[in-house]
Amino acid sequence: MSSAIIEVADLEHSFGDVKAVDKVSFTVEEGEIFSFLGPNGAGKSTTINVLTTQLPCQKGTVRVCGFDVRTARQAVKKSIGVVFQDEVLDRDMTVRETLEFHGRIYSMPKPERLAREKELIELVELGQKLNVRTKHLSGGMKRRLEIARGLMTRPRVLFLDEPTIGLDPQTRLKIWDYIKGINEEGTTIFLTTHYMDEADTLSDRIEIIDYGKIIATGTSESLKNTLGEDMIYLETGDDVKALKLAEAMSEVTEVKKTSKGLELILNSDGGKVMPKILRSIGKEGVDIISVRMKKPSLDDVFVHYTGREMRAESAENAFHRRRRH
Amino acid sequence: MGREFLTVYWREMIRFVRFKGQLFAALVQPALWLLLFGIAMTSNFDNNSFSMPTVPGVMAVDYLTFMAAGVMAMTALFTCLFGGMGLLFDKNWGIMKEMLASPMPSYHIQIGVGLGGVTKSFIQVGLILIFGLVLGVKFFLGFSALETVVAIVGIFAFIMVFSAGFIFLSAGLAMRVESMESVQAMMTLLTLPLMFSSNALYSTSSFPLWLQTISSVNPLTYLVNGIRYFALGNDFTAMGTHYEYTGGDIALSFVVLLIFAGLTFVFAWRAFRTAKVT
Repeated sequence: MSSAIIEVADLEHSFGDVKAVDKVSFTVEEGEIFSFLGPNGAGKSTTINVLTTQLPCQKGTVRVCGFDVRTARQAVKKSIGVVFQDEVLDRDMTVRETLEFHGRIYSMPKPERLAREKELIELVELGQKLNVRTKHLSGGMKRRLEIARGLMTRPRVLFLDEPTIGLDPQTRLKIWDYIKGINEEGTTIFLTTHYMDEADTLSDRIEIIDYGKIIATGTSESLKNTLGEDMIYLETGDDVKALKLAEAMSEVTEVKKTSKGLELILNSDGGKVMPKILRSIGKEGVDIISVRMKKPSLDDVFVHYTGREMRAESAENAFHRRRRH
Repeated sequence: MGREFLTVYWREMIRFVRFKGQLFAALVQPALWLLLFGIAMTSNFDNNSFSMPTVPGVMAVDYLTFMAAGVMAMTALFTCLFGGMGLLFDKNWGIMKEMLASPMPSYHIQIGVGLGGVTKSFIQVGLILIFGLVLGVKFFLGFSALETVVAIVGIFAFIMVFSAGFIFLSAGLAMRVESMESVQAMMTLLTLPLMFSSNALYSTSSFPLWLQTISSVNPLTYLVNGIRYFALGNDFTAMGTHYEYTGGDIALSFVVLLIFAGLTFVFAWRAFRTAKVT
């Protein structure tokens, strides 16, 4: 029996005349790991900032842990933990002081604070670094400290904004373990990331946002399935002709020209339909140079829904920059 | 009101004692000023003191003693004008986001930082006072023990209100302004006129009228008045000027400083209330 811990209904947010978030609605169930994905500038950060009360809720309703972000801002702040995208640490405070400061500004009673500090230091394995200033920690250790800090007050939801950005693969795996562990203990996780493997490994449910609107939602599996059963990459002697031929086949739901050749999305088992496809293309005199088949990945899903173009900046940044000039 | 501002204060003080070089400079610089500038100027002025008229029966104060009050005041000024600078660091590279995301009301940051500024001023002014007395500054001359205690309490009360005023000003600016450079430029721009239009280092009685007007809205002038009143009494001459303070003058000076601190408090309070780091 689960219940919604975050409810967003018809959220809209504009910066000047730029609409960063446009009628977004979704719910996050208690206890799940929820991934919120989208290209740069899609409205991700704006949404998170509204959910964590860093930005006012302009239009629509947002309830976090049962509290309305408009009317119960303090209650929302008390019941959530936030790990920011960029490093938010006092470089000259020690690990212990960092946690103590956090517990104290959240008005934790001292005995509880001390017990929690001890617990979390063990969890993120920073026991050897207690009295080390944060500037002397490695990138991974800093991240672990920030996660521990976000958990100090036993929040019901932990917001993790790009938790493993810029970290080496070993450290990422380690951080994933912590995130899973924290979630198993009952904390709901709201995750944003640009790493699809991260979203795939961790999340129970995924929403993809682009141009301020939710464009896809589901589990990692169901999203991949919407894309098709299998994908085939083809290199041929005549891509233009092959593309036309492939498009006409009933087993192929989508064909895309890529830099190297063609990408076919299939609606049935690729192992069975591939010989048929290759045969009918070959019959028309098109040379087949190479073939590769794979299951759609979350990367494919993401690119399928959001397109391939690069996104440079968020609406909010653009807005602020414009205002400053 | 919660006590979270004490946590902010705690952090301010950690940072104050943690940077040993900065701490050392903060403590030694005003002493150096008193030592070098004070003694150099004193030896100049006191050579010429024949030409400076004194009033018979009124205590004549030497220059070192006169300017010691000014150096104490200027030290408080510098410490607090630059005391909000840390917030700018916190905004760009530090934990301002964490503080603003917490349920702690943002004015706690202001109060915590304000307390930190006042404490730093107290420590520095106290040290200059002791160092000055060792160097031969003639404060509290002919005061009884009780009078001396009252005088010291009075001086620190003035320093407290003045420091709070400037730390709020600097904190408010730091929260509003985007770049380090612009705040620093603003502070430097403020420092010189504040210093030289005040009575910290010389008498303002022979200033042209326009400069006297500026001097009369300069909080530093009122702080120096307060310190001199408590340290030297209500009737003395220095550098050819006869100073007579009444209790009313001093009460007025204190009220002016209170108003100043009140205004900057509101300024900073607004800056914090609307502060956003995203």
